[in-house]
Amino acid sequence: MEITGAQAVIAALEHQGVEVMFGHPGGAILPAYDPILDSPIRHVLARHEQGAGHMAEGYAQATGRVGVAIATSGPGGTNLVTALADAHMDSVPIVAITGQVPTGAVGGDAFQEADLTGITMPITKHNEMIRDPDRIAAAVAEAFHIAATGRPGPVLLDVPKDVLNATTTFAPPERLHLPGYKPTVRGHSKMVREAAQEILGARRPVIYAGGGIVKSGAHEELLRLAELADLPVVTTLMARGAFPDSHPLCLGMPGMHGHWTAITAMQRSDLLITLGARFDDRVTGNLAQFAPGARVIHVDIDPAEIGKNREPDVPIVGDCRVVIEQIFGHLQAALADRDKPDLRPWWAQLDAWREEHPLRVDQQPDGPLKPQTAIRAIGERLAGTGIVVSGVGQHQMWASQHIRYERPRSWINSGGLGTMGFCVPAAIGAKVGCPDQTVVAIDGDGSFQMTLQELATARTENIPVIFCVINNGTLGMVRQWQELFYNQRFSQVDLTYDCPDLVKLADAYGCVGLRCERGEDVASTLDKAFAVGEAPVLVDFRVARDEKVFPMVPAGGSNDDIIESAQQWYAKAAAGAEGEAGEPGGAALPSDMREGDAV
Amino acid sequence: MSTHTLSVLVEDRPGVLARVAGLFSRRGFNIHSLAVGPTEVAGVSRMTITVDAATQSLEQVTKQLNKLIHVLKIVELSDAASVERELAMIKVSATGGHRSEIIEIADVFRAKIVDVDADSLTIEVTGAPEKLAAIERLLAPYGIRELVRSGMIAVGRGAKSITEGRWTRLERTA
Ligand SMILES: Cc1ncc(C[n+]2csc(CCOP(=O)(O)OP(=O)(O)O)c2C)c(N)n1
Ligand SMILES: [Mg+2]
Repeated sequence: MEITGAQAVIAALEHQGVEVMFGHPGGAILPAYDPILDSPIRHVLARHEQGAGHMAEGYAQATGRVGVAIATSGPGGTNLVTALADAHMDSVPIVAITGQVPTGAVGGDAFQEADLTGITMPITKHNEMIRDPDRIAAAVAEAFHIAATGRPGPVLLDVPKDVLNATTTFAPPERLHLPGYKPTVRGHSKMVREAAQEILGARRPVIYAGGGIVKSGAHEELLRLAELADLPVVTTLMARGAFPDSHPLCLGMPGMHGHWTAITAMQRSDLLITLGARFDDRVTGNLAQFAPGARVIHVDIDPAEIGKNREPDVPIVGDCRVVIEQIFGHLQAALADRDKPDLRPWWAQLDAWREEHPLRVDQQPDGPLKPQTAIRAIGERLAGTGIVVSGVGQHQMWASQHIRYERPRSWINSGGLGTMGFCVPAAIGAKVGCPDQTVVAIDGDGSFQMTLQELATARTENIPVIFCVINNGTLGMVRQWQELFYNQRFSQVDLTYDCPDLVKLADAYGCVGLRCERGEDVASTLDKAFAVGEAPVLVDFRVARDEKVFPMVPAGGSNDDIIESAQQWYAKAAAGAEGEAGEPGGAALPSDMREGDAV
Repeated sequence: MSTHTLSVLVEDRPGVLARVAGLFSRRGFNIHSLAVGPTEVAGVSRMTITVDAATQSLEQVTKQLNKLIHVLKIVELSDAASVERELAMIKVSATGGHRSEIIEIADVFRAKIVDVDADSLTIEVTGAPEKLAAIERLLAPYGIRELVRSGMIAVGRGAKSITEGRWTRLERTA
C-alpha cells in the first residue's frame, strides 16, 4: 500500500510497540503530525522540546523501554540537544525524531535549518538523516535496536520534509543490517573464572554497582551474588535501588557526597568487584589515590569503559546480568567443596564504621525546616514504593542520601551531565510510563525554574505527579562551593524565596499548591499532597538556606579526606591557616585541584 | 608519544568521515594524515590514519572508534608488518643549469617528471614517508613552489586480508 513517508514513520513507531511520544510540532515535522491523529500512539505535547527529551528519558528510565521524542527542524532540534547529551551521559535509550528542511534545501541556510546530525554527533550513540523514504522502516528499526541494546543511548533520526511527504510503502524489515554493531553479551570464560578466584581470595571485597545493573536488569543476580559470599555492596548515584538499601549488605552510595562507610570501604578494599560502573571522577575523587590497595574486576558492556580510568586486573566485557550469572555459577561450584571466605573481620570493621558515621541531620524542633527533614519525610512516606525523580543540586544529593531505595528504577536523576531542569519533565515521563506508581519529583528552586512550564503539560495531560520543590531560595550547591572554596564570597546565587510564589504558580497552572515552612507541618502537608491523587500537586518546602551537603570529598581531593560536617571543615580550615601561610582561608583548595570543578 | 598507523574499515555512508575525524579531535588527537578510498568489498571504504599518541590513549580512542556504528574494523599496522606508501607531487623551480641535476635526483628516487614548464618541473614520487622526506630535502635548495602529499596508505604483509572477518557475514534478524 502506498503511504507517505510521514505515515511510514508513524507506522514504524507503532511496529516498535511505541505507546507514547513526547514532542512539539513545527513546520518541517508537520507532515508527521497529521498521521499522529489516526495513530493509537499517545502524543504528549511538551511546552519546550528540552522537556520532551527529558520526558522521553524519564519514561525510558522508569519503564526500561525506549522513550520517543519528536520535534521540528532548527530550534526544535537544538532544544533537544541538552536532553540528548543527558541521555548520552547516562546511557538512556531514547529515539528522537526531528524534521529537517527539504533535501534540496539542506546546506543552503534555509528557514529553520540546523545541521542536527552534525550538532548531535558527539552526544548521540548514533544518528542519521533519512534521505530516502524507502529507508524509513529500516532506519527506525535500527534506531530502536541501537538505542536499546549494548550500552543504551540516544539515537536521532533527522527526516527532511520532502522525505516525509514522499510516497513510499511500509514493511517492517526482516533483518537489520548493522555489520559494525554487535555488543558482546557473554563474558570471556577464563576471565569469569579469574573473577571468581579473586572473590574467593579477597579479605576486604566491595561490590561497586553502577547504572549498568539497572540497565541490564541484573538486580536479582546482584542480590544472589552478594548474598552467596556476604559481599558488601555500594550503589552509585546511577544505581540507587539496584540493591535494596534496607539490606544488611548494603553500604549506600559512594562518591563525592556518598555515605561515609561506602566511600571508606572502597578506599580500604582489597578487591573492587565493579559491575556496570565507570570509575567516574565523582566516585573516585583523586584517581591516583583511589582505592590504592584494591585489585579490580571490571565488568562492562562497553569495552571503552574498561581501562579508561582505572586499569583492571580482571577485565570482562559483557552484559552485567549475564556475567554476574556466570561468576555466580563458578563461585557456587567452588563453594560446594570449600568454606566461604571469612569476611567477619571486614564486616566487623564495616559495621563499626556504620555505627560511628551515620548521616546526621540536626533538625531543631522549633528551628527552621531543614531540607533533609522534608526529604526524609518524603522517603518515609513512600516507604520503598513509588518513584523519586530529582533535579540537580544539593536536594539531589540529599534525596539520594536520605531516602532508602529498594527497587531498581525507583530513583531517576541526571547523573553524568548534571542537568538542572531534568526533574519536572523526567517525572512527567516516568508517570506516563508507570501510571500506577506514585511519582514524586524532588526538585530545587533553581532547577525547577528551568523547565517549570511543563506543569502545563502535567495538568492538561492529567499526569498527576507530586512536585516537591526544596526551596532554599538559592542555587544551593553553588552557594555551598562558594562558602567552602571561595571564602564565603557569594556571587549570583540568590534566587529569592517568594519569586515566583510557588503556590500562586501552582494555582495559575491549575495544579494543587501547598506550602510548608516548619518541621512540624511536614507530615500534614505530605498527607494533603498524597491525598490529591488525580491532579498534579506542587509543594513549596521553604527550607533553611545555609544547609550544606555532607559528607563531602572536595573535587580532585582524595577520598581519604572526606569531611562530615561544616564544623569539621572549618576546624580543618583553621588548622590549615595556622600551618600554611599564604593560602587564604587555609582549607581553600590549591588552584590545580580546582580543575574539573563543575558543580 | 609515537606515530601510529590505523587502518579503519567503514561502511561507505554519508558523514562517516566526519564521525571518525570528529572523534579524534574531540578526544584531543591530532591526525597527521588521512587517506580514504574504496576497497575490494562493495560499500566498504578504508581509511588509513596516522596519528601521534601514547599507546594507552590510542587504545582508548580505538575503542571509542569501534563504537561508531559504521566502523567495521580497526587494525593498527606496525612498520615492520606492513608496507606503507605515500605519493607526493613536488613542483620545483628549474631554471637554467639546474634542470639536469633535478632530473638526476628524481631518477635516483625512481620519481617521474609529470609536468614540464620553462621555469619548473613537477615530480611525482611514491614511497614510505622517510623517502618522501629525503627527496624533499634534496629538492629544497632549488626552490619548492608547491608540494602536495596524498596521505599515507598501508597494507599488511602476507596473504591475510583485513576484509576477512566476522563483520562481512554479520546480519542480524530483526
Ligand atoms: C543547566 C545547568 N546549569 C548550571 C548548573 C550548575 N549548578 C549545579 S547545582 C546548581 C544549583 C542548583 O540549585 P537548585 O536547583 O535550587 O538546587 P539546590 O542546590 O539549591 O538544592 C547549579 C547552578 C547545572 N548543573 N546545570
Ligand atoms: Mg535551591
